[in-house]
Amino acid sequence: MSAAPQTTDALDSAGVPDTTRTSLLRFATAGSVDDGKSTLVGRLLHDTKSILADAYEAVERVSKERGSEEVDLALLTDGLRAEREQGITIDVAYRYFSTPRRTFILADCPGHVQYTRNTVTGASTADALVVLIDARYGVVEQTKRHLAVAALLRVPHVIIAVNKIDLLDYASGPFRSISQHVQTHAESLGLPNVICVPVSALNGDNVAERSDNTPWYEGPTVLEILETVPSIDQGADAFAAAHRHGVTHPGRADAAAEEIGWRLPVQLVLRPQDAAVSEEYREYRGYAGQVAEGTIRVGDEVVVQPSGKRTTVAGIDTATGPLDEAHTGQSVAVRLADEVDIARGDLLSSASDATESTKTFHAHVAWLTDRPLRVRDRVLVQHGSAVVQAMVTTIDGILDISLPGGTLDSSIAKGHELQLNDIGVVSLQLAQPLAVEDYGNHRRTGAFCLLDPQDGNTLAAGTARAQVPGTADESYISI
Amino acid sequence: MTTDTPAPARLSTLDSLEAEGIHIIREAVGTARKPVLLFSGGKDSVVVLHLATKAFWPGKVPFELLHVDTGHNFDEVIEFRDRTVEKLGLRLQVAKVQDYIDDGRLRERPDGTRNPLQTVPLLDAITEHKYDVVFGGARRDEEKARAKERVVSLRDEFGAWDPRNQRPELWNLYNPRHLPGQHVRVFPLSNWTELDVWRYIEAEGIELPPLYYAHEREVFQRDGMWLTPHDSVRVRDTDVIEKRTVRYRTVGDASCTGAVESPAVSIQDVIAEVASTRITERGATRADDRMSEAAMEDRKKEGYF
Repeated sequence: MSAAPQTTDALDSAGVPDTTRTSLLRFATAGSVDDGKSTLVGRLLHDTKSILADAYEAVERVSKERGSEEVDLALLTDGLRAEREQGITIDVAYRYFSTPRRTFILADCPGHVQYTRNTVTGASTADALVVLIDARYGVVEQTKRHLAVAALLRVPHVIIAVNKIDLLDYASGPFRSISQHVQTHAESLGLPNVICVPVSALNGDNVAERSDNTPWYEGPTVLEILETVPSIDQGADAFAAAHRHGVTHPGRADAAAEEIGWRLPVQLVLRPQDAAVSEEYREYRGYAGQVAEGTIRVGDEVVVQPSGKRTTVAGIDTATGPLDEAHTGQSVAVRLADEVDIARGDLLSSASDATESTKTFHAHVAWLTDRPLRVRDRVLVQHGSAVVQAMVTTIDGILDISLPGGTLDSSIAKGHELQLNDIGVVSLQLAQPLAVEDYGNHRRTGAFCLLDPQDGNTLAAGTARAQVPGTADESYISI
Repeated sequence: MTTDTPAPARLSTLDSLEAEGIHIIREAVGTARKPVLLFSGGKDSVVVLHLATKAFWPGKVPFELLHVDTGHNFDEVIEFRDRTVEKLGLRLQVAKVQDYIDDGRLRERPDGTRNPLQTVPLLDAITEHKYDVVFGGARRDEEKARAKERVVSLRDEFGAWDPRNQRPELWNLYNPRHLPGQHVRVFPLSNWTELDVWRYIEAEGIELPPLYYAHEREVFQRDGMWLTPHDSVRVRDTDVIEKRTVRYRTVGDASCTGAVESPAVSIQDVIAEVASTRITERGATRADDRMSEAAMEDRKKEGYF
């Protein structure tokens, strides 16, 4: 691992952003039809000088062919032929750009077709979500839906780009009332960190550069926010979790991360024997995985799940040498003090806060496939590195964002099957116990997918929940 | 939103990308019956192989390598390929486009390029060796169709990619499940840019074929690219052959892989050049990608890499 990355500009001697020193932020963009999302993405790429000459020329050429006088930056993000022909975006596309302060992976989620499926996919890996709102129309149903997905998936930071303010002569009034509306709605959804920015993606106001057209706005630009918010490995998840427990200072995210301990799903048992790179490692036995959260230290007490066996961390290894500690996101191999029976699919947890494994749990499920989900359907649950058989025991309701009240828990309408793009509350019965945790506190070990047991396709995104809507006295995760 | 400075990041961009790549490789191997890495000796496949050596340390890389040889490769690249395989004690399978041309299963194209001919030998090799997980070095930043492909990408019995019907890829829960006859392509460098690859090559001291660095070479200009006179390239009477200082940004089929004029002799030079470059990697050097805007999408649908 290289030296600690910079929080300020990191350029090498040739003036090139030095990615051995800058940090990485993953973010997603979501918006409804025609709110200018593709233009905003194009603008971010353009203003950070991330568009290469030939790509820009191709877009220029197509813009002309379509009879447009200005270069349509939105065209930069149309990837597939069907998209170009229909002038719409179909699938999540990934974009890459960097500034001297940070490298960005952008999951561009289209708003036209299957927006829940796409937004859920993009938001699941995001440290931040940028939601577009057309300043002329304000908060619309799809905005609420995007915010609900952000709340459901606990995206640590939400940026609302209130776009097309140029069409309202850069007046402050509409922006202020939209901000108010968004904040009220976000609060009821339990979204910890929402910030609104008045922008014109077309003209570049407050996207990468502060605008002279909005002297009444003193906040940061969209890019400034993206350059400074904490990423997952800087405790973004921990901060979001801590916020719900009343901690509002990001500086305490580290402390919060200490409290929630660490998790490591075991991907492989490394036992090289005859295939060892040298004789001294013949009898090596290590458990390979990526730290899902927290910091593992040599000497830490460990609980192996689902067996519940206990031991301690004897060593943390990488190909370039041993480590004293491993942080969220690092891929390592852990050696344990005792010979314990461990296989791929097991979860190693810090003993201080390990959750017990369970065979039944409740969850929000975003249903992402054409055929409906019904009670008693058999599915596979993919959780960490484990895949186990499961059955749907109840479907308790479907999220309806149009219901009054507006919280994730109060917006549950009656319903007994989930259709494509529905978000429902379900209970699952597992064939083998898993250490499923509350997603609100554990973004990795609370997340799971449902798979089709026959063809293996991915059916749904799930987030385990510790509390049942409307039944606060009942434990949501029960053994 | 507060103005407090967040805790400093513990992982740099490269640390994060390396950790993600290792995670992807381990995850795919953890579920595979018979994985394989497509290895050409090109820089991206070299980096994937490097990540694999780290993922399974202190064990050897637990899968074999497959090269689909167009017969139009640069000698330096083949020499590098064989040396790398031997150094790591791995097994290499070679599927030869030439064999298919010799027995008439494939016909030479009028333009002489063999890149599009790789698909059939590749799919036959996958079937013959019963590979179920096929690692490749493709990156999403290379091309617009690739930007939409999943890290773990399902291929049907014909090796085809169905861009309209991809599985959602959620969190870091990759799904390599497939039916008999199907396989998955796995791209551990999906989130890397060309610059990231070069930074990583520098940081890890990874050896590459010498073609990637500037050297003097006899070349001639065609369609705005510098091609090298090679067994596979028909030099026309009108072609003017001259000596230039060039380097290659990709090292594929010599008949359609162009060199760029460059003084970049070291990794640091290359990084500075890549960072300031005005033309994307494929646009500059791959004639076959220029055929149409949808060239790559079409080839992927047919089972290409």
